[in-house]
Amino acid sequence: MTAAVSPIASLFRTCPYTQKKVHKDAEYLVKVNAVVSVVSLLVGAIAALLLVLTRWQAVHLLPATWYYRLLGVHGMNMLIFFIIYFEMAVLWFTSTVLLDARPVTPRLGKAMFGLMVLGSLLVEWTQFSGRADVLFTSYPPLKAHPVFYLGVILFAVGALVVVGIFFATLTVAKREKTYEGSLPLVVYGAMTAAIIAVITLLHGAMIYVPTFLWSVGLIPAVDPQTYRLFWWALGHSSQQINVAAMVAIWYMLGGLTVGAVVLNEKVSRSAFVLYILFISMASAHHLLVDPGFGPAWKIVNTSYFMYMAVLASMIHGFTVPAGMELGMRLRGYTDGLFGWLRRAPWGDPGFSATVLSVIVFGFVGGITGVTIGTEQINIIVHNTLRVPGHFHSTVVSGTATAFMGATYYLIPLVFRKKVAYWKAAQWQPYLFAGGIFLLSMGMTFAGSFGVPRRHWDISFSMSPFDVQFNPTVDLVLAVMGIGGILAVIGALIFIAIAVKSVFFGEPIGELQMGVDVPGLPRGLTKPPTFPPDVDAINERLHAPGRGIGGVTPGTLGLVTIFLMAFMVYYFTNWKLLTVLWKVG
Amino acid sequence: MLTKVHTGLEPVAGTWWHPAHKAEKVWVGIAFAWCLVLFAMMPLWHWKGGQNPSGIRTRVDPRAFYARTTEFVKQYKVGDDKGFPIVQPPAGADVYLTAMTYQWYPILQLQRNVTYRLHLSALDFNHGFSLYPLNVNFQIIPGYDYALEVTPTAAGDFRIICNEFCGIGHHTMVGRVIVLDESGNKVSDRNDVTLRVGGTP
Ligand code: HEM
Ligand SMILES: [Cu+2]
Ligand SMILES: [Cu+2]
Repeated sequence: MTAAVSPIASLFRTCPYTQKKVHKDAEYLVKVNAVVSVVSLLVGAIAALLLVLTRWQAVHLLPATWYYRLLGVHGMNMLIFFIIYFEMAVLWFTSTVLLDARPVTPRLGKAMFGLMVLGSLLVEWTQFSGRADVLFTSYPPLKAHPVFYLGVILFAVGALVVVGIFFATLTVAKREKTYEGSLPLVVYGAMTAAIIAVITLLHGAMIYVPTFLWSVGLIPAVDPQTYRLFWWALGHSSQQINVAAMVAIWYMLGGLTVGAVVLNEKVSRSAFVLYILFISMASAHHLLVDPGFGPAWKIVNTSYFMYMAVLASMIHGFTVPAGMELGMRLRGYTDGLFGWLRRAPWGDPGFSATVLSVIVFGFVGGITGVTIGTEQINIIVHNTLRVPGHFHSTVVSGTATAFMGATYYLIPLVFRKKVAYWKAAQWQPYLFAGGIFLLSMGMTFAGSFGVPRRHWDISFSMSPFDVQFNPTVDLVLAVMGIGGILAVIGALIFIAIAVKSVFFGEPIGELQMGVDVPGLPRGLTKPPTFPPDVDAINERLHAPGRGIGGVTPGTLGLVTIFLMAFMVYYFTNWKLLTVLWKVG
Repeated sequence: MLTKVHTGLEPVAGTWWHPAHKAEKVWVGIAFAWCLVLFAMMPLWHWKGGQNPSGIRTRVDPRAFYARTTEFVKQYKVGDDKGFPIVQPPAGADVYLTAMTYQWYPILQLQRNVTYRLHLSALDFNHGFSLYPLNVNFQIIPGYDYALEVTPTAAGDFRIICNEFCGIGHHTMVGRVIVLDESGNKVSDRNDVTLRVGGTP
């Protein structure tokens, strides 16, 4: 860091807690992206409340038009805007702050942010004004106003350029030697997300551009099956961006909150590479009961070539808790199998959010996802409520919860404010993740009785033939409804905390170490530090005599339970298939 | 070789390509084996199992498919219900079902344990074939003929729910399939099928 003494140095400040160098422009870009992300979350959450109160048939709040319209609004604001703006913030943060580096072409970055906002506003306008009642998947021949597709394209172009700037920033940081050695694992994970983002956004361009041309009448038709193929190459691969970003945050918050160590860089990094290699095959599991593809194609692709991306997630699902366990053990929490877990900082929302994210993502999202993405099992799942049941447990209680946990650290680190309503912040992750867990369970069970997704009226009061669902459906829809309300309250509390802290918050003030300060997560004021002889302790913990559990026996126990649950669930579903008609 | 203690936030000095610890190796091994099982189940079910989404899949002009459906209706029509023709094809026949906003055309009357080739397609938009209460689901796409060999193994009065959003009337789109028993008699209630499904997420 000798090169940049002169004017550039004045653009940096040094974080009092982490000693990281923070560049003003990077800080600005993290801030604006985070703010727009939270605004999108607000719009999405209000829509969510109205939707869940409509799907809960006993309440059935919205009229049909507004149910379908807000379903599109919810999908767009949550899955696209909330998540992607936050990821833009993650890219700016990891490539600059974590590397003590400066952002390359911050001006272009700001312009692209503006472009993304413009695109988002165009989408919101078409959706709210009823010009795009096609849901967020917009399957042709359903046709929206051309401005809808245009908005999506502008948004995507902006995001793609920011991803390019991210790579440029990494390259320059390397050249200017702002750090020694290889990228930290967290940045490596963010880089994985960025690489997948490039693949994803290119697929997006390949389908949105022709669809836009079709909507303005320049080309006669878009083949509906081809559209579904490419759209899901965008739609699902983008979920892998979320997974990679989420896993990077798991490693980050694990390190900040409990000093989680990286057991083995090779294993964790190889797992990230597996994500990159097999991700563009991901669209297939949306097309398992589509007429356009044969069984061989479906099998190879739905399994990401023999489940190699699943393997990657199972690896992170081990190394993340194991890193936490070893980090705790190295700092003296060695009692029993789960002493490290019991004595972890459960009142630090950064920690609780991480653990909840790992657990619900793995146990509910992961297991259901692999199972329902099986070629034949998909026959009893496709387009039922089981599908949103599954993905709310991945992208919501997994990714969104992790993002919320990260926000509790970003507020002091980037915005230099204390976290407002600290008591509420401490239980917000439990409320949100718990609510989504109930919502997912309710949806999943309802779907297993054949209740369709994206459906306004399952009493079928206006249909020629009656359909009477099993009475249990009323019960599980109530569980869904209550879980949804709790989750929306959790989301609104998060928004209130974020807005209050950022705009009206108390500055972090003087450095206070070694004490619990309301509004400052524990990982900052009482950072997990290792004893000086940590390498010797590590050596002792690795003594060969410690058996197969090795250094992390607790985690090995946990993943064994996971695998058992997985097997039971998976084979139960095969068993269920056998009662159907024969079909082939 | 032991990894030097560090978190994921720190840059890694030197090479990091070290052998993994024992517990990690064991877990990766088990996880990999499980992935192979997951993979093997699918081809295995094509070979031994009775429920596969294979079918014979061809491109078709939506209007031609609809014309073929009306011809099929004319050929085998046995009655009417609520303005929809009820059609009873013979064993082994090619059966046609067209989805269009917002109806399933026509009503099918099939027989238990008899095999048919069921052609599914749409006239206008994507639709979702969801056989209630068995919960059998297929995607229907205009321009594609999805021809599935089906053998109803339960008799009763079934419904077809549309479970792909197809427009503002999507939720009204319900069709009907009647399955008679082997001797051609109606099983009037739906009990024998409802009891057998649902309840597992
Ligand atoms: C705040 C709590 C949330 C609640 C209560 C909630 C509830 C719902 C409900 C009731 C539906 C409609 C399901 C249907 O009728 O088919 C839905 C759909 C959906 N949700 Fe959420 N949701 C929440 C948060 C999120 C978040 C954070 C995301 C993404 C990050 C998300 C992504 C989606 C998507 C992609 C759909 C599908 C839209 C479609 O079918 O077109 N949700 N959600
Ligand atoms: Cu339909
Ligand atoms: Cu429909």
